[in-house]
Amino acid sequence: MSLTQNISTSISSSSSSFLAYSVFPYRNRDVSLPSKNFGTCRCVAIPQEEKTTYKTNVSRNANMAKLQAGYLFPEIARRRNAHLPKYPDSKVISLGIGDTTEPIPEVITSAMSKRSQALSTLQGYSGYGAEQGEKPLRAAIVSTFYGGLGIDEDDIFVSDGAKCDISRLQVLFGSEATIAVQDPSYPAYVDSSVIMGQTGLYQKDAEKYGNIEYMRCNPENGFFPDLSKVCRADIIFFCSPNNPTGSAATREQLTQLVQFAKDNGSIIVYDSAYAMYISDDKPRSIFEIPGAKEVALETASFSKYAGFTGVRLGWTVVPKELLFLDGFPVAKDFNRIVCTCFNGASNVVQAGGLACLSPEGRNAMQKVVGFYKENADIIMDTFNSLGFNVYGGRNAPYVWVHFPGRSSWDVFSEILEKTHVVTTPGSGFGPGGEGFIRVSAFGHRDNVLEACRRFKQLYK
Amino acid sequence: MIPQARLEIQKERVVCHTRVQRNVNLEKLQNGYLFPEISMHELQHIRKYPDAKLINLGIGDTTEPIPDIVAVSMAEYAHALSTVEGYRGYGAEQGNKALRKAIAETLYKDVQVKDSEVFVSDGSQCDITRLQLLLGSNVTMAVQDPSFPAYIDTSVIIGQAGDFEEKSGKFGNIEYMNCGPQNNFFPDLAKTRRTDIIFFCSPNNPTGQAATRQQLEELVKFAKENGSIIIFDSAYAVYVTDDSPRSIFEIPGAKEVAIEVSSFSKFAGFTGVRLGWTVVPEELCFSNGFPVINDFNRIVCTCFNGASNISQAGGLACLSSEGFMAVCSVVNYYKENAKILLETLASLGLKVYGGENAPYVWVHFPGSKSWDVFDYILEKTHIITVPGSGFGPGGEEFLRMSTFGHRETILEASKRLKNLFS
Repeated sequence: MSLTQNISTSISSSSSSFLAYSVFPYRNRDVSLPSKNFGTCRCVAIPQEEKTTYKTNVSRNANMAKLQAGYLFPEIARRRNAHLPKYPDSKVISLGIGDTTEPIPEVITSAMSKRSQALSTLQGYSGYGAEQGEKPLRAAIVSTFYGGLGIDEDDIFVSDGAKCDISRLQVLFGSEATIAVQDPSYPAYVDSSVIMGQTGLYQKDAEKYGNIEYMRCNPENGFFPDLSKVCRADIIFFCSPNNPTGSAATREQLTQLVQFAKDNGSIIVYDSAYAMYISDDKPRSIFEIPGAKEVALETASFSKYAGFTGVRLGWTVVPKELLFLDGFPVAKDFNRIVCTCFNGASNVVQAGGLACLSPEGRNAMQKVVGFYKENADIIMDTFNSLGFNVYGGRNAPYVWVHFPGRSSWDVFSEILEKTHVVTTPGSGFGPGGEGFIRVSAFGHRDNVLEACRRFKQLYK
Repeated sequence: MIPQARLEIQKERVVCHTRVQRNVNLEKLQNGYLFPEISMHELQHIRKYPDAKLINLGIGDTTEPIPDIVAVSMAEYAHALSTVEGYRGYGAEQGNKALRKAIAETLYKDVQVKDSEVFVSDGSQCDITRLQLLLGSNVTMAVQDPSFPAYIDTSVIIGQAGDFEEKSGKFGNIEYMNCGPQNNFFPDLAKTRRTDIIFFCSPNNPTGQAATRQQLEELVKFAKENGSIIIFDSAYAVYVTDDSPRSIFEIPGAKEVAIEVSSFSKFAGFTGVRLGWTVVPEELCFSNGFPVINDFNRIVCTCFNGASNISQAGGLACLSSEGFMAVCSVVNYYKENAKILLETLASLGLKVYGGENAPYVWVHFPGSKSWDVFDYILEKTHIITVPGSGFGPGGEEFLRMSTFGHRETILEASKRLKNLFS
């Protein structure tokens, strides 16, 4: 049985993996959990056979109980999987979870193959690597992305991806830190904050967690928050180009943000995972802004550049100049976290990362990114032609479509039911996402074209 | 004399601090993590003696090449990623289904662990932190003393551990279960106070001791009586030579009280490749009846994004019948190393423990400070070891030597130790 057959089954040619997993029966959408209530006192004469379920005496982490539902993307996968058996002949197209679909360029995979083979030789075998990452890769990251910005190789911490880095950063900051997020935003910022204990309870009416500062980003403010209305938070999560809105902040806006952080003594966690998708002259790194090194750290990923969503590789930049209130360097504490809570990204994968940053690798990545950008253009044009107000798409692989006055989960269901296309409801990214649908631009060209045909049918 | 105010114009660099408080838990950590500290000593020594042939019996880092069948499977998988049919994006956060199944069926054959209870990861050190995130800052924990430093360090980082007490060398809120020659390296549970979580590693790092079936039955009973959860670290299970249990789930009732963490690192030489797993039984519940597995799943989906698909392909090859035989022969090689070191040290009249069921030997130097012995051995023989106190106050007077290394290196190390101690 071939290994690739074992790994996963494709349902449609546009889906790269069937997110099959089984979870112990529990309806994630409920706040109150079905507790197994066995072994209670019964005043019943007739003996019944009942299994007494043993419970430990360990209290459930109250922070976990605050989470409202499962993480967003497994929920999308669940909906999609529920849809498949209902319409077995439909060709479901996934423009939901932002999962890359195009093969990884050979220059990159051959480096990983070579490294794998080398591990079976005496000279080529390596065990534990530096937790911060292999030196040549750290150097290549600096020269590729941070040339001339005063960032050094030892400011770079290689990881197994941005999502994992976000949690490690939360562990670093601790439960007493307060955060601000864009609204809407990538769900991992809020969810990891809840898990760490930084937030209050979920407020159903506002659809927000207490103690988080939500910075509304919408068409009215050009998807950049009105900072004059934002309360101080220790940590400001800012993603540009943005997931889910696709908006990229201008140099002027980021200068404002850095000033705001400076005035408030805050730390910006800048998520630049989509920087390579920028088409115009918007900044690709927060460190292009003078003074940013004293107020920001940046997280990034190979996922959407090199199709490394399954391969797992990313990095975080923590400048030496970034200091806590007492003058202690943030990088020192992050290094401690990385050495204690992590053990480095896979060596085989880091070899792939290094190949990505060779001249040939960079060209190859640009081509794949360009392909997804063309997809985004096609999707944007489709929705524009249907008369929708559409945002994003130019500087990011996401198109943000406005359905004013409608519930985004309803629109999500409608689109799935009627066109068999999976998207992502905007409210999954926060209350500021209500009324919007995120369409991701990853997919084989024919699937993207077919999806657009179906959208045209539905909304003509 | 009229004092004159002297205006000294100094060029002062204005350093910008944010107003974000440093996490107090990180302040509580006493030093850097143990193993990078050992690396620093190694570097200093190399600078001092650039011509010395340093032998590393310190950090437990594997040295022998990965078997061909495993390396080839990873190479092929990587290559397939550049094809339309072979490309894969995001995998399930819990791990590839076939791998989960293989782990359950190959490594938990007789104890009925389901594939749905297996969560594939990028290694134990990462899993331990994710478990701490899951459990939160309000739980109390117990560790063996000495123990693998990540248990205590992550406990401190999460905020469970209380303050460090200089005198005892212990964190106030952690229960240290002393394991030494006097109690056969198994804690006196009658003297152990209840904690929510009990970290237990067997075969043990650093002592090399494997707990017996009877001892683990005692432990499970203790956990049950106290409503505690055991986090059982079985990273060295494949090194067991005798009939000591290889999994906590060999003990009846363990599924209701234990989580097991394990790793391909020392099993398959995957220290750099990064692959491990955690088993969370469906039966394991919090005090309110909520299944622990549901929360761990949520953590894995939110704070993690799956182990590398290439590493997972390698893992699957390790568990094929041919692959399993191949990785076991590398394990046997390290076990032979352990035998050699054990015999050497015993022949020198030193009190030595472990080495039979684990790739570590634990040497007792009564009355000595372990860092002093570490320095002495490094200075005189250019051999790096690990001072026992790095694993907790219970490790003072002991030295850990890991038995990974090329055979020639182990033999050379034995020679040097014979010269020093005879």
